[in-house]
Amino acid sequence: MSKAVITLETLSCPSCLKKIESAVKGLIGIDQNSVRGVFNVNKIRIDFDEKTLAIEDIEKVIEDLGYPVIKSKVKAA
Amino acid sequence: MQQYILSKKNQITLISGILIAVGFFSHFALGNAFLAEWSLIIASIFGVAPIAIQAYQALKVKVVSIDVLVTIAVIGAFLIQNFEESAVVTFLFLFGHYLEQRTLNQTRSAIKELTDMAPESALVQTEDGEFEEVDVDDVDEGDVLLVKTGGKVPVDGTVLTGEGYINEASITGESVPVTKTEGGEVFAGTILENGTIQIRADKVGEDTTFGKIIELVEEAQDSKSEAERFIDRFSKWYTPTVLVLAFIVWAITQNIELAITILVLGCPGALVIGVPVSNVAGIGNGARNGILLKGSEVINDFSSVDTIVFDKTGTLTVGNPEVAEKEVYGDNSEEALSYLASVEQESDHPLAKAVLANIGPVDTTPVDETDVVKGGGIVAQVNGHRVAVGNVALMEKEQVTLNKKAQKDVQRFEKNGNSLVLTAVDGELKVLMGIRDQVRPGVKQDLQNLKELGVKNLVVLSGDNQGTVDLVAKELGLTEAHGHMLPEDKSAHIEKLQKEGQIVAFVGDGVNDSPSLALADIGIAMGSGTDVAIETSDVVLMNSDFSRLPHALGLTKSTASNMKQNILIAVGVVLVLLASLLFSEWMNMSIGMLVHEASILVVIFNGMRLLKYRLRGDRYNVKTGVEEIETAK
Repeated sequence: MSKAVITLETLSCPSCLKKIESAVKGLIGIDQNSVRGVFNVNKIRIDFDEKTLAIEDIEKVIEDLGYPVIKSKVKAA
Repeated sequence: MQQYILSKKNQITLISGILIAVGFFSHFALGNAFLAEWSLIIASIFGVAPIAIQAYQALKVKVVSIDVLVTIAVIGAFLIQNFEESAVVTFLFLFGHYLEQRTLNQTRSAIKELTDMAPESALVQTEDGEFEEVDVDDVDEGDVLLVKTGGKVPVDGTVLTGEGYINEASITGESVPVTKTEGGEVFAGTILENGTIQIRADKVGEDTTFGKIIELVEEAQDSKSEAERFIDRFSKWYTPTVLVLAFIVWAITQNIELAITILVLGCPGALVIGVPVSNVAGIGNGARNGILLKGSEVINDFSSVDTIVFDKTGTLTVGNPEVAEKEVYGDNSEEALSYLASVEQESDHPLAKAVLANIGPVDTTPVDETDVVKGGGIVAQVNGHRVAVGNVALMEKEQVTLNKKAQKDVQRFEKNGNSLVLTAVDGELKVLMGIRDQVRPGVKQDLQNLKELGVKNLVVLSGDNQGTVDLVAKELGLTEAHGHMLPEDKSAHIEKLQKEGQIVAFVGDGVNDSPSLALADIGIAMGSGTDVAIETSDVVLMNSDFSRLPHALGLTKSTASNMKQNILIAVGVVLVLLASLLFSEWMNMSIGMLVHEASILVVIFNGMRLLKYRLRGDRYNVKTGVEEIETAK
């Protein structure tokens, strides 16, 4: 499992975050309980399995929703 | 394509705004209905594109978002060929969104100031002994790092070589630089003001003290109170309900206009954003002032506190005995003071320090035949005079007679809780000093401020003897004071207060009073940004400046009422809109959207006021971090 912190552009409503959270949770290789969006700092924390899922895939899902990813940090846990 | 459209949202907003202007201009000024209609049609199509895309994506993940409501409304307006409405509504929605984003960044600015203090890069020693700049995330524990003058310490570590002055304000709130030499501990986020040091990384990233502070503040803003969770649950069902309601209205009345107006009016805008905005601005103000508040639950609880318990007299006093009162008798007092200084200079008694500090620099004379009288003081020969320095018992032994005034002074000084130091030269009383632990400057005013903020009981629970505690309590106007308290007595007493129905905040240093910190409704750790304090308490005051306490309380009160105002505004707006739809003629989609977007901006601006919150009569200057001198009242 790896830990990722993804920083997004300013989110202006909490429901945007809900959308992103549920989209990310739908991916295979994500620890569903770990997905935690922090609205006010525009960040999402995720634990995921790097063997089945690449961070780029997660980023793509979020960007496809229309929320540009500014940067993401991945750390092996 | 979808992404391209979304990334050009601002430009789209602008174009659609211009087209609407062209449309109205050609309609009213030129009377050109054809141009007017087509401008509005194009504006609608442009404007709805990004909204529709987001609505589609929301539906894909089974969320009925505001975008969904607006998109359906716009399509509906389009179908009944009300292009004016469809164009204006999309424009207002997009433009409002843009303004929200801009203003929201403002409310978050204080937090951003804090997170921006986090180090970004580090100079790490490579195998060949050179230093190479890397991203701070790539630093591992055990790495050797170089920090140069002006640089930020990237990790928590230990100094290996070199020395320097470090500004630790980001951790301790103390802006006076601290010297660090070999073996000294340094903290991430602090700034090396002078010197060059090499350090070994002990803790990196989120494990560092600064990392923990940031994480705490970030999480705090999102931690939800009961009320917020309710709103969350509410809004989850609210938007689908509005959708269903609009559909039912349409099915019954066959009036598309009315149905889509309900969709727009029902947008939950200000309701979902109102509380988080107050929260983030309040916590941001705190962070900027060295006050860490752990979330909105804490804000609510703290704002209703009616009892504050202090864990020791040391929180209220300087903890350093000083000369509080002084009387001189007869002539040549200058000479007597210089003799006194000469004698005390040789003593290591704690009171001697206070005496010397009070006299200040004077010429001293060599002292002979010093005789320390146990439990009394010192007798010595100075410049051919016999000088006795000590308590009343020593004076009696030296057969020094105290005149009426001196006797009265002695009584008064004792009553005020002083330890007495009398000085006699050649058997004649010259100086009387009363020494006691001073109340911290300004504490009295701060306690007064707390009372004005609605705190009814101020309690001190101390390990000191009851006499000392009583004196401090009396001087400061505390409501309760208990001495001889062990840590378990303190927590028992807190429980007792809670049983009496009081909401108790406990102020401690976070080191050995964690039971009380945990037990109290609000645990406030003061004077240290240490791990323990951060973890066990609800509120952390980063430095030991007492005046932060009333600021913290005032801030939570303002934040709590700000949240309530915002909820009231949001609910009020929806009610007024629905009522005017039912009972008046003038309500339509565009006005509804305008009022909605305006109400969102109103709650954001209302929240933003918290960033500027400052307690009236506060002694502390935020900008300079320096206590202002209290002006005479």
